[in-house]
Amino acid sequence: MLKKEIGKTLETARPNGWVLEPDAKAILDAYGIKIPRFVRAAQWEEALPFVRDHGFPLVAKVISPRILHKSDVGGVVPGIESDEELHETFQRFSKMEAFQGVLVEEMAVGRELMIGAKVDDQFGPIILFGMGGTAVEIYKDTVLRMAPLQEKDIPSMIRNLKAHLLLEGYRGSEPVNKGVLTKTLLAFSNLVMDIHDSIESIDLNPVLCSSKQCVVADARIVLR
Amino acid sequence: MKFRALFRPKTMAVIGVSLRNDQHPANVVFNKNHLRYPVKVFPVNSKGGSLHGEAVFKNVADIPHKVDLAVIAVQAEQVPEILAQCIESGVEGAAVISGGFAEIGRNDLQQALVSMARKDHFPFIGPNCLGIYAPATVDTFFLPIERMVRPEQGNVAVVSQSGGILVDQMLKFKEEGIGLSLGVSIGNKAMIREIDLLKYLEKDPATKVMAFYVEGFARGEGRDFVLAASRCRKPVIVIKSGKTAGGGRAVASHTASLAGDYEVFSQVLAQMGVVEAKDELELISFCEALSCYQVPIEGRMGIITGSGGHGAMAVDVCSSHGLPVPPLTVPKQENIRTDLSRSIKKIASLGNPLDLTGSAIDEDFVTAARHLSTLPEIDCVLMLLLPYLPGITADLGARLSSIYEKAGKPLIAYVPHVEKFRMLIEGFELNGVPVSHSIEAAVLMAEALRRRQPC
Repeated sequence: MLKKEIGKTLETARPNGWVLEPDAKAILDAYGIKIPRFVRAAQWEEALPFVRDHGFPLVAKVISPRILHKSDVGGVVPGIESDEELHETFQRFSKMEAFQGVLVEEMAVGRELMIGAKVDDQFGPIILFGMGGTAVEIYKDTVLRMAPLQEKDIPSMIRNLKAHLLLEGYRGSEPVNKGVLTKTLLAFSNLVMDIHDSIESIDLNPVLCSSKQCVVADARIVLR
Repeated sequence: MKFRALFRPKTMAVIGVSLRNDQHPANVVFNKNHLRYPVKVFPVNSKGGSLHGEAVFKNVADIPHKVDLAVIAVQAEQVPEILAQCIESGVEGAAVISGGFAEIGRNDLQQALVSMARKDHFPFIGPNCLGIYAPATVDTFFLPIERMVRPEQGNVAVVSQSGGILVDQMLKFKEEGIGLSLGVSIGNKAMIREIDLLKYLEKDPATKVMAFYVEGFARGEGRDFVLAASRCRKPVIVIKSGKTAGGGRAVASHTASLAGDYEVFSQVLAQMGVVEAKDELELISFCEALSCYQVPIEGRMGIITGSGGHGAMAVDVCSSHGLPVPPLTVPKQENIRTDLSRSIKKIASLGNPLDLTGSAIDEDFVTAARHLSTLPEIDCVLMLLLPYLPGITADLGARLSSIYEKAGKPLIAYVPHVEKFRMLIEGFELNGVPVSHSIEAAVLMAEALRRRQPC
């Protein structure tokens, strides 16, 4: 995806106020940020070749310009194990408001982290990094830095999280690959610096980080 | 823009003096400077006449000398015309004390001043401010001289959006023996803003530390300010008011909700090594500590005390601030013990904190400080001094201060601040060692040196 195309995607999404998940992921992909393999299908049959090729488990998410918070309306179904389950999910999603299709995606695994951005009135583009998941606003375990990030900023960002030991491989769990995490944060910072004039905020949540990779499982770009 | 004439004026016009009301702010400013400060002062009022026997000029242009600074205290509507006269007649800069501008919605009137001043590169402070306090040089605060609490001349500059806060800080500086290089109340900061003063103060040889009281920055201004502050070689302290966000406005994303205005402010300052003071006690402690030491530390504390209780309390406070108090190895302890006086050799606990006991004498404190100052695992020494112990004399402050001069490791003292211990306290302060009147504030001083380190 070229810069020009990214601009076009953002322009197309503007009337809606935010970028649909598959489009947001395509933008991340263009900056070298890893996203899960996925197919975007309006009809259930369109997803089948991907399903055959990839196998289960899969996750299905509704695509609708009217549904920004998908999980709040039951628009995310993880752990789909069969054709029947997938079919049922398609049928249920198709009744949702302004239904445009379904994102069928491989299930990534790893520690749930969050990477975000906000354009602050006083300080301009800001990067957020922290523990991710649906309860981020309860734990509030995040750090903020003024963008652009430099490589030397990353170790202190990790160290300043209350739960940073979880990233080191706490009690036998798999540690997070710091090199990949650093690359992901720096790539994200580049993206933010390129598009900060157009955005209000970005949530990549969760970003699933393991000892091998960091994969952005969900992405939301809210336009200004 | 050149600010030197503003802050170190040799001549000053006070525009708007009243011929009838000597309580008028302009009269207060005239009276407190006239024949009291080295600056030559000229009263101005469009009606002319005389004030305390001095001729009142009808127009700033009539003053037969070059005017460095004009203090403008006329009604808001008249300020644009007066400012134009100042620019016209070659005045170097102004402090506009008058209120009645953006703070009451008259942005148009304020903008008129800015446009005019920008065009001619004419620096002005305010409007709606107290202006400038430069110790032993000039004072544009419209507060009667007998009501002012004036700190000693020193190396800390304070810039404040609020005049009241600045006056209050000056009072506390005086109480704590912190010296001031310059106090500027910038009010509506229509033209001269924090970043302009940061750049001036960075080059000002009288200033070693600068503190800013900030209510808020304009769009993008915070970014420019922290970037300039992070490049500045002198410590920059910022205290912010209005930390709690107004109202629970719904936000579309988690990031927007988690990155509230103050969270961003606070964390970006830390990222850039700008020292944020979270409250007034921190502000005063940080100013005092950084006026003495400008080099950042990691914050590994060595604690020396004559009372076990004080040592234990200090460890608790250090730990709540995340400042480690590393234990000393037995060989290192024995090394120190050899040099202690006979009466405490056997009873002193030297594990860190070093409790020299109530029988310690001056020499023991000097010995302990000298040893800790050479240990690589310690980068700051906290000295808890209880002057009521019989072995401690008033000379100890000056003696301990010389250890810093030799070893270069920051030393911070706690001494209860009561009048009878004044000589001990001054022995530290006059030799550049900060002294606190509480353990909490002493630890905050170390915290200041650590926050100077970008995180």
